Amino acid sequence: MVSTTTDVRTPPAATKRRRRRRVRRLTRRDKVVVSLLLGIPLLLDVAFVWLPALGSVFLSFTKWTGVGGVHLKSCSEFQTLPGLPQPGCLNGVQNYTQAFGHYPDFWPAVRHNMLWLLVFIVIATPLGMLFAVLIDRGIRGSRIYQSVLFLPVMLSLALIGIIWELIYAPNLGLINTVIGRNGNTNLIDWLGNPRLNLWAVLAEATWRQSGYVMVLYLAGLKAVDPALKEAAVIDGANSWQTFWRVVFPVLRPINIVILVVTVIESLRAFDLVYITGKGNPVKGLELLSVAVTQNIVGETQRIGFGSTLGVVLLVISLVPISIFLYQVFRREER
Amino acid sequence: MADTAPDPQASSGGTDGSRSGLSRRSMLFGIGGATAAATLAACSSSKKKSGTSSGSQSGSATGTAGGTISFGSNYSDAAPKGAFKALTDQATVKTGVKVSINTVDHNTFQNNISSYLQGTPNDLATWFAGYRLQFFAAQGLLDPIDDVWDTIGTNFSDAVKNLSKGVDGHYYLVPIYNYPWVVFYNKSVFASKGYQVPKTWDAFIALAKQMQKDGLIPLAFAEKDGWPALGTFDIINLRVNGYDYHMSLMQHKTPWTDKGVTAVFDKWRELMPYLQKGANGRIWEDAAKALENKQAGMMFQGSNQVAANYASAHLSDLDFFPYPMINEQYGQDFMDAPADGFIMPKKGKNKDGAKAVLKYIGTPDAEATYLKTDQWDVGVANGLIAPSYNQIQKKSVAAIGACKNVSQFMDRDTVPDMATAMIKLIQGFIDSPSTGTVTSLQKSAEDQAKSIFS
Repeated sequence: MVSTTTDVRTPPAATKRRRRRRVRRLTRRDKVVVSLLLGIPLLLDVAFVWLPALGSVFLSFTKWTGVGGVHLKSCSEFQTLPGLPQPGCLNGVQNYTQAFGHYPDFWPAVRHNMLWLLVFIVIATPLGMLFAVLIDRGIRGSRIYQSVLFLPVMLSLALIGIIWELIYAPNLGLINTVIGRNGNTNLIDWLGNPRLNLWAVLAEATWRQSGYVMVLYLAGLKAVDPALKEAAVIDGANSWQTFWRVVFPVLRPINIVILVVTVIESLRAFDLVYITGKGNPVKGLELLSVAVTQNIVGETQRIGFGSTLGVVLLVISLVPISIFLYQVFRREER
Repeated sequence: MADTAPDPQASSGGTDGSRSGLSRRSMLFGIGGATAAATLAACSSSKKKSGTSSGSQSGSATGTAGGTISFGSNYSDAAPKGAFKALTDQATVKTGVKVSINTVDHNTFQNNISSYLQGTPNDLATWFAGYRLQFFAAQGLLDPIDDVWDTIGTNFSDAVKNLSKGVDGHYYLVPIYNYPWVVFYNKSVFASKGYQVPKTWDAFIALAKQMQKDGLIPLAFAEKDGWPALGTFDIINLRVNGYDYHMSLMQHKTPWTDKGVTAVFDKWRELMPYLQKGANGRIWEDAAKALENKQAGMMFQGSNQVAANYASAHLSDLDFFPYPMINEQYGQDFMDAPADGFIMPKKGKNKDGAKAVLKYIGTPDAEATYLKTDQWDVGVANGLIAPSYNQIQKKSVAAIGACKNVSQFMDRDTVPDMATAMIKLIQGFIDSPSTGTVTSLQKSAEDQAKSIFS
């Protein structure tokens, strides 16, 4: 990044000329190295990301149990025995109409993914920012707070799920025992009640996410030139104004990173729910990623239908990813 | 599946990477090499692990007949694992075929069964009876074993024979044991409170009411694992509508919107006030614990779970009765009694050895060997009373024998996708057991059944 700051001062035309000259100066060995270093990642990217992704798109138009191959014939040409699978066959847009129309998990899953995103943006991120600002002011014991708040980030989500399961357990769990609601008639079923369990899991997720956001903001705040703050104070700004009018705008790159992290984390939310249900379906905890897994992984597989849900998730994910990449490349071109 | 969420930090870190000359390049190559080496090492070690996990050599002099077979096993818990080892050791003694066991975690084994059978499966593998067998047999992943059944057929009843067949009428499974789904209770609790075993639904409800008055949870209940409540649906369905209706519903010949299904949920709603609250968040082990601690009066579940979960000190206090009669036409004629057994994957290698072992496993002697250390399942051979049986097992044999027909359990009698759909719907029913829920539940079940069975 050091070199880009020097580039900024030279006029764009000059940069272009210089770059072209530099390309001509490449030796053959350099070219080989460059093409290797570019070619191998490109090859890996195509082989392990794009081919499987396109494969999923293809499979989303088929019906396939994962046994045998996929025949390039319409499913209606094969006979059906009730309950017994047809060989892999083309199913048109049937999977999509089923996902949007009949699959009872689909719309709740979309709604829950959105809710997840909303909670991360409205609660987890501001909370993390608050922690970061407080710690950055150097309050007493800030190191301890920093470690404590960062601790959940170092735990795997699977472990977090298990820890909170002990806290939420209906008869023997921490919360119900402490508030005395662990009898048969008055207990609170935190993880089972479909109107409650998503919020319970979101509390777990926020517990971790706010620590993550805090660390990212701490790094950003450390990079803010103290002179800016001093200047603001001299100009008579109070600390509220200093933060929102001076520091926060300087944090723009970090804000974008955090926004993208938040969006991606809420789209790939999976581990906590999977652990909470031990892989079994739980009413109230539908998520797109969980729906994909439930159809594709397991004893009998509906790979075609699962791929359809995967494609929907891919399309949704492409939106924030494209925005992020656009931002990154625009920043580089400057 | 493509991972659709790349780490933003990783991609932003790599933007100015090509500037630092040779040392960085060679380092990159170095990393690449190290990774490759690590991957290779990982591969070879995992291969070694799966290849020679456990060979049994209980010195048999006749050990030339069939060479060695490999046996894929999902009996991964300590107790069944030991029992299974005893069984294969005995098989080696009797047949001369050496058996090497390849144990895989229970759930992992089930989730990977499709790719396992298509890849390089073992010569024999553990599996389940019923639809779950037929599904894989119909796709040509298993070898028929009719010749094995020519030998062992006389050891089994017709009901067991039917469980071991695919839809094409050929045999694909040799069963080893099954276990009943019944209502468990503690004898001491019933004796001290003067409770009587209920024979009819009305007596059952009256007993539950009395227990509630006495400060007990009438029926311990858990549904976090998804499947346990399917058992309650099954048994009420079998009591209200009978076995044929159950099978027809499972195969989607009867629609889920049928009023027979409504009747099942109507009965279940009568029972609802007496079931342990908060079931959707409780694992069945905790519910069994409530019964064992005498906080609960009864629990309806499989002996393979409740009895297996009881501390051995309390096991003698445990007793059960078959689910009470609801419809006089069907009495107490049916129950869920899921059977487990062994299959021969088509891609296995040593077929002769595998068949010799299967012929041995299909004998009462082999079942008794397996059940020596197993205190909750019962053998399926005709009239087998293994010497090691405790009173629960003896009673189980009688209870299953008294049935006119046994079903396998919803997730074994129907397409697993349908069972999964029902799990979600029943969780919704447990959360709010109203007539409105039942109506929408039945409609949603039928909508999904239509696409699953199309």
